[in-house]
Amino acid sequence: MISCGHFDNSLMDKIATDLRLFFGFPLDIRECSLDISSFYDPGRRQYDANHILKKVAEVSDPLALKTMGLLRVDLYIPILTYIFGQSELNGKTSIASIHRLRNELYGLDPDNRLLEERFRKVIVHEMGHAFGLIHCLNPTCIMRSSTYVEDLDQKELRFCNKCRSELDKSLENY
Amino acid sequence: MDEKKVSILVVDDEESVRDSLYNWFIDDGYAVDCAENAKEALLKLEARDFDIILADIKMPGMDGMEMHRRIKALNKEPIFIIMTAFASVDTAVQALKDGAYDYVTKPFDPDDLSHLIRNAASHVTLRAENKSLKDKITTLEDVDDLIGESEGMKKVLSEVESVAQSSSSVIITGESGTGKELIARAIHANSPRKYFPLISVHCGALTESLLESELFGHEKGAFTGATFNRKGRFEMADGGTIFLDEIGTISPKMQIELLRVLETRTFVRVGGNKEITSDFRVICATNRDLKGMVEKGTFREDLYYRLNVVNINIPPLRERVEDIPLLVNHFIRKYCKSMSRDLISVEPAALKHLQEFEFPGNVRELENMIERAIVIGNGKEIRLKDLPMGREVMSSSVESLDELEKKHIISMLDKYKWNISRAAKALDVDRATLYNKIKKYDLKKIN
Ligand SMILES: Nc1ncnc2c1ncn2[C@@H]1O[C@H](COP(=O)(O)OP(=O)(O)OP(=O)(O)O)[C@@H](O)[C@H]1O
Ligand SMILES: [Mg+2]
Ligand SMILES: [Zn+2]
Ligand SMILES: [Zn+2]
Repeated sequence: MISCGHFDNSLMDKIATDLRLFFGFPLDIRECSLDISSFYDPGRRQYDANHILKKVAEVSDPLALKTMGLLRVDLYIPILTYIFGQSELNGKTSIASIHRLRNELYGLDPDNRLLEERFRKVIVHEMGHAFGLIHCLNPTCIMRSSTYVEDLDQKELRFCNKCRSELDKSLENY
Repeated sequence: MDEKKVSILVVDDEESVRDSLYNWFIDDGYAVDCAENAKEALLKLEARDFDIILADIKMPGMDGMEMHRRIKALNKEPIFIIMTAFASVDTAVQALKDGAYDYVTKPFDPDDLSHLIRNAASHVTLRAENKSLKDKITTLEDVDDLIGESEGMKKVLSEVESVAQSSSSVIITGESGTGKELIARAIHANSPRKYFPLISVHCGALTESLLESELFGHEKGAFTGATFNRKGRFEMADGGTIFLDEIGTISPKMQIELLRVLETRTFVRVGGNKEITSDFRVICATNRDLKGMVEKGTFREDLYYRLNVVNINIPPLRERVEDIPLLVNHFIRKYCKSMSRDLISVEPAALKHLQEFEFPGNVRELENMIERAIVIGNGKEIRLKDLPMGREVMSSSVESLDELEKKHIISMLDKYKWNISRAAKALDVDRATLYNKIKKYDLKKIN
């Protein structure tokens, strides 16, 4: 897990615990100052997620099974107005950003607990993709696709039985 | 899932666009292929069929429109969606006239893309999404057990059953803590809508303007602080159920807006102009006398009749004392399990007391009492002394568990003059736990 930008220790702990718990692998946390300034699009005032994904892949530990990059900036991919996170199906690298998850950006009062919960959901969801899971239609499953923060709040921080067993099958191959 | 995947062909000259869309659709479980230009796309189409083609309108060589004509000439009928780099409405409209399914303007909102493709895909499968969903979702969220064998509860449960299959509006009435939200969940979980979300809104907790944006969503810039679009609850409930709790608290203005949405099933986001349609079922709850409010003129009569197609009234706990022992056992199981403790029993005197108690806070109050009794009890049985008695404790049952725990710890610490070992022993926890609690509640010895 590579963090770009500072995250509270307590949040990092929670994320690390989630990932260990759901995927069952040991995990290493590295804080690093990735230079992502060249991926900034001044017109959109956002960062290109595809490039950041590649950059995170470059700096990740070659021995690591999967790498998750945690970010604080607003992400886009060329075709979409924004994304919360990105990963390749069965790929090695994923990223997730906390930027759009803040209540303040939707005219609501800040809510740190909710913010952390949303971020953890995005991270576990993206990691699910990295282990080969596709979107699930179950309204409360973590693998349900969420395009709005409100959608994130509707799902739970857990896999439905179907996704869980798909994941277990996939984990056997590692 | 043995069902054939819906196939999508992405045609765009920009690699990053192809890659992004490829990844996006793969995550959604579609079979995806890409082509760099119209020529390559046509070659791929000769080799195999695609259900959906998503093509850029402007490409070097043959453009998207021309490609569409060629595909039609091949006698193939894939769903054709045009992507335009900027809102060149004229070309897009022409594309629609030529039989394109829809067009999107780049860059698009992830949500719009999801919707577009999902709608297109359901055309392809020709089956109601509902039906295929059923096979795809094998497990659903467990519904909390609904306990009750009294005549009153049996009536409620049979009403739940008979109303669940339909889509008619339901008002659930009952005193605070009688289980209105639980019944709403049960209706949703037993309805054909269960494969879509149940969205709850606590109307009483929000100011009018917040409620408006909560229900209908807003477009970015609709007001200060609204940096991004927000999806409203009605939109999220598409296909599912919206649960409007404490409906009796909404303002006259919101009553009008709500009535309009219920009549048309369409609305616009705050600060927006696009009509959004959503297919939802409404369940409301209130502990107020809505009928009385209608008579007094504080609740619109037309809205009342729209909502009140079916009324389920949950009797207060004191009118169904037979349910108390069942509920007590249910909550003991629930909390002992969540605290990983062995199941405990109830002292007869304690049970008798519970059955005679009035429970102004109904099932919730009973539930809190049991939880608290398990926390402070001896771990074997719930004793009379573990239950709050009389007036002054009545108010304490409203306190949060943390509050209770804190008070209890302070009283024990004071009792043992802040000797941690002895206090820990009396509380039946180890010293480390007690230290943690002292830290958590920031407790200090006061002389
Ligand atoms: N019949 C029942 N069986 C099991 N648990 C119940 C039952 N009725 C209520 N409960 C429990 O009691 C608590 C309160 O229920 P709920 O929140 O549904 O009440 P409510 O009527 O919506 O209250 P309020 O009016 O205060 O919003 C919940 O934890 C619920 O699970
Ligand atoms: Mg309620
Ligand atoms: Zn996803
Ligand atoms: Zn799932």
